[in-house]
Amino acid sequence: MIEQFFPNVNWETMWDATYETIYMTIIAVAITAILGIMLGLLLFLTSKGNMWENRVVYVITSALVNIFRSIPFIILIVLLIPFTRFLLDTIRGANAALPALVIGAAPFYARMVEIALREIDKGVIEAARSMGASVNTIIFKVLLAESKPALVSGITVTAIALVGYTAMAGVIGAGGLGNLAFLDGFQRSRDDVVLAATIIILIIVFIIQFIGDFFTNRLDKR
Amino acid sequence: MITISNVKKLFDTKSGTINAVDNVTLDIQEGEIFGIIGYSGAGKSTLIRMLNGLESPSSGTINVNGRMISSSKGRELRQARQKISMIFQHFNLLWSRTVRENISFPLEIAGVNKKDREAKVEELIKVVGLEGRGDAYPSQLSGGQKQRVGIARALSNDPQVLLCDEATSALDPQTTDSILELLVDINKGLGLTIVLITHEMHVIRKICHRVAVMENGKVVELGEVLDVFKNPQEPITKRFVQQVTEPEETRETIEHLVEEYQDGKVVKLSFVGESAEQPLITNLIRSFDVQVNILQGKISQTQNGAYGTLFVHLHGLPAEVDKAVAFLEEATVGVEVITHD
Repeated sequence: MIEQFFPNVNWETMWDATYETIYMTIIAVAITAILGIMLGLLLFLTSKGNMWENRVVYVITSALVNIFRSIPFIILIVLLIPFTRFLLDTIRGANAALPALVIGAAPFYARMVEIALREIDKGVIEAARSMGASVNTIIFKVLLAESKPALVSGITVTAIALVGYTAMAGVIGAGGLGNLAFLDGFQRSRDDVVLAATIIILIIVFIIQFIGDFFTNRLDKR
Repeated sequence: MITISNVKKLFDTKSGTINAVDNVTLDIQEGEIFGIIGYSGAGKSTLIRMLNGLESPSSGTINVNGRMISSSKGRELRQARQKISMIFQHFNLLWSRTVRENISFPLEIAGVNKKDREAKVEELIKVVGLEGRGDAYPSQLSGGQKQRVGIARALSNDPQVLLCDEATSALDPQTTDSILELLVDINKGLGLTIVLITHEMHVIRKICHRVAVMENGKVVELGEVLDVFKNPQEPITKRFVQQVTEPEETRETIEHLVEEYQDGKVVKLSFVGESAEQPLITNLIRSFDVQVNILQGKISQTQNGAYGTLFVHLHGLPAEVDKAVAFLEEATVGVEVITHD
């Protein structure tokens, strides 16, 4: 039955490509989350009226974030080829896509983190200061704890964007479903391969959204 | 306990420099409930925030229990803050934590071990009357309950001073009273020094021993609550005292009565402390040939005694009425003859 609808699909390569997409997404999401939270915290803490208020650091960080957020991903990949080659000694394979994925997604997530932190009631931060909390305590026990739902829903959106980015990363030979759909499907006029890859990508996206929503709701005690 | 000397705080804004606190000097005693009253923008909020170093003074010094708060920084200031707690108008609880975890937070900051934290939290839940709500999240609590959590949290490190930043302003009158009673209990039970700021004279009347009235960054009046009620000096203080003793409608009614009773005199009597308990009117009627018509009366309890006002209409021969007024003036009561304007 499935063979009838997808005569040209080689399921073994399809599963390999799916694995590559999931691999790239998971690793990229993990690094993006850490980097994005660090950048977002830096943006928040150095902004006006906050604990590390520092105009120079804020303006520079903010400018870098804006620049990397504005470059279209497909161009960013090309721009980063020398960097990737320097870092990994190759520009082929799933790992080679990771620098571009992270550099493309982390600034995007950093802004979401910054917005999430701004949403925290200033009074709560002040209360923590009045108890004698250090900046470290405030970061971990107030800022990150109180913005958890927004951080999780933000990383969900970022993860879904990253699934899309992995497809584009196929251009530099990173593999994955996007690569398969383009080379094996589009260029050889095999619509069924494109369709199968699309469906699998959709399923991945739905699963990410479902997990993200689940945790966002679980964490939100407001 | 707390010594504020010549404190000034300037804020630079686009429209110029604002003198939020202007040369304030105050001495707050150990174990007292000290109230600072003023309208918004009077500088009281800035002043109280300087007591735990959330703001630092532009000049002058602040000493709390032997520590120079105004010149403390970093670790030293953070340690001092553990003994100077604060509660807030909007409670400022962490919504991501349960009641228990919120109360435990300052103990975590102070590095208290888990077992001791749990014991202390249980004790405090009882003190503030939140038994059975320990695992609730703040969103499941009423305003009064949230402030109780705020108070329990503030008490967790056994502070010496409790700062209350408009702590009852977001609560309804009944809840306000119950929170104020809790503060008095804590003050008496733990000997805690309480400094509170408010714009409601009711709060001052109910729990404070002494009061400072602030206007435009300055302390314009300072004294025992009862004395301030009895004998307010500044116009702003009089307005605050009137909030409690004579609601606006009373003024209108009395003026109306003055119009109506053209003969005789309408007299306002103020009683303070023991004089509030003397059978004054009985003596008045027995000694003089006047008729006494009670128009309006009110008695309020403060922390240092009772304070009351009574409006009476004295009716009779003018000479006799004058003698009656003289008698009242001799008794230890404030007498004010209200005349037609």
